[in-house]
Amino acid sequence: MTRPGPSRLVLPLLGLILVLGVWTALSQTVATDLPSPAKTWAESRRYVLEPFFKDGEMNQGIGRLAFYSLLRVGKGYLLALLIGTPIGFMLGLSRKFYETFDPIIQFLRPISPLAWLPLGLVIFRQSEPAAVFTIALCAMWPTVINTAVGVRSISQDYLNVGRVLRLSRFRMLTKIIVPASLPYVFTGYRLSLGLAWLVIVASEMLTGTPGIGGFLWQEYNSLVYSHIILSVITIGAIGFLLDRLMGLLETRLKAV
Amino acid sequence: MPYLDVRAVEKSFVTPRGATRVLGGASLTLDDGEFVAIVGYSGSGKTTLISLIAGLLAPDAGEIVLDGARVTAPGPERGIVFQQYSLLPWMTVRDNVALAVDVVDAALPAAERRRRTDEFVALVGLTAAADKRPRELSGGMRQRVAVARGLAMRPKVLLMDEPFSALDALTRARLQDELLAIWTARRTTVVLVTNDVDEAILLADRIYPMTPGPGAVLGPPIEVGLPRPRARRHMSLAPPYQKVRQAIVEFLRACRRVS
Repeated sequence: MTRPGPSRLVLPLLGLILVLGVWTALSQTVATDLPSPAKTWAESRRYVLEPFFKDGEMNQGIGRLAFYSLLRVGKGYLLALLIGTPIGFMLGLSRKFYETFDPIIQFLRPISPLAWLPLGLVIFRQSEPAAVFTIALCAMWPTVINTAVGVRSISQDYLNVGRVLRLSRFRMLTKIIVPASLPYVFTGYRLSLGLAWLVIVASEMLTGTPGIGGFLWQEYNSLVYSHIILSVITIGAIGFLLDRLMGLLETRLKAV
Repeated sequence: MPYLDVRAVEKSFVTPRGATRVLGGASLTLDDGEFVAIVGYSGSGKTTLISLIAGLLAPDAGEIVLDGARVTAPGPERGIVFQQYSLLPWMTVRDNVALAVDVVDAALPAAERRRRTDEFVALVGLTAAADKRPRELSGGMRQRVAVARGLAMRPKVLLMDEPFSALDALTRARLQDELLAIWTARRTTVVLVTNDVDEAILLADRIYPMTPGPGAVLGPPIEVGLPRPRARRHMSLAPPYQKVRQAIVEFLRACRRVS
């Protein structure tokens, strides 16, 4: 896969230019309401170049907005891991637990964040905890399922070592089961983070809380379409960076 | 009464294509401090037999008694050295051995356990590699760690399941010599399973040939009768060596012709 340096940079650049070209063409022909790349930049530059300015609750630099969103995602994600990891281990360890709860999990898993959020609002009566609740509920499934698969695919050889040594349940868990399933668990964490970031936009749009998704929805209502594109690009960039970060952590973990 | 008594154990496995009777009443006896080898073709049920003695599997019929107690579950008094090493890859050499020491010597203070761990690591000549992880080691070094872990369990009987079969011939010979030296010094009771007749003769006091499955049984034991301490050099020229070798090979060949 490794090719000489230049072509590895040239081709992605070419792709970018191509997309910008199509975007410009579309904005000038079919979708005239769509701001062109140049117009988008002109109207968004202050948000990017001064990422931390604050003129009002909903009119802030892109860095500030992203920070609010990341904070919210962080809370929901952490909650997802705290709930999802033990459930995953239980599912992997206990046949009975698995048979009891797997059908419910398979049933809950495909429910969209848009469906959970109103329920969260009903339960918590505030938009902030409702958003965190929705993120946690949607993001935890990959952690649950990967952890369960990881535990179930532990090599019998490792378990036999524990059995011959008659390790206590606790030691079996800490010395063998957790370290052996860690790569799977971490893959779950990585997928969960991706999902959490997907959910943030929907939950902010619906609750109107300040953040990148809330900003996007507000600018749509104010007819500032270039800022929608700005938000979309920011969401993509942050999602990409988060995934890369987790990928790096993952390779380091698996190298152990 | 023998120290280890395996009485007519039977074991079948159910597969989608029907049940396979792997062991059809295998028996063996072992005295304290004795080194016994089981020799047979690959796939004849040797690993199944060792797993039964270890308690990792339960026999369908027959029973296994060690030092007056019936075997019903695995335990460190029947330490095992697995064919595929089974080292925990996330632990260093020292931690892999410490896992056994910490269980068997749980009553000792941490410093003493650490000292014992290092002793077992040194016994197999891996002091310099004590902080390495299994993936950084060669196959021979990995199997040394597995041997150290097995001995660290201070087992009543050490079970070895084709411990050197995955190694190249030169490394295998070296590890056999090392095992011979360690055994000569410690006199641990050992059951060694192998498909290498020469390995069995070099190491064991007695050899049980195993008939090829299905329904494998152990043939009458053959006394090796070579004086100890043994050395690989010149040994293959000794008349008893040739006699034992011929007896085993003939037994195995005759079984194959029948089946």
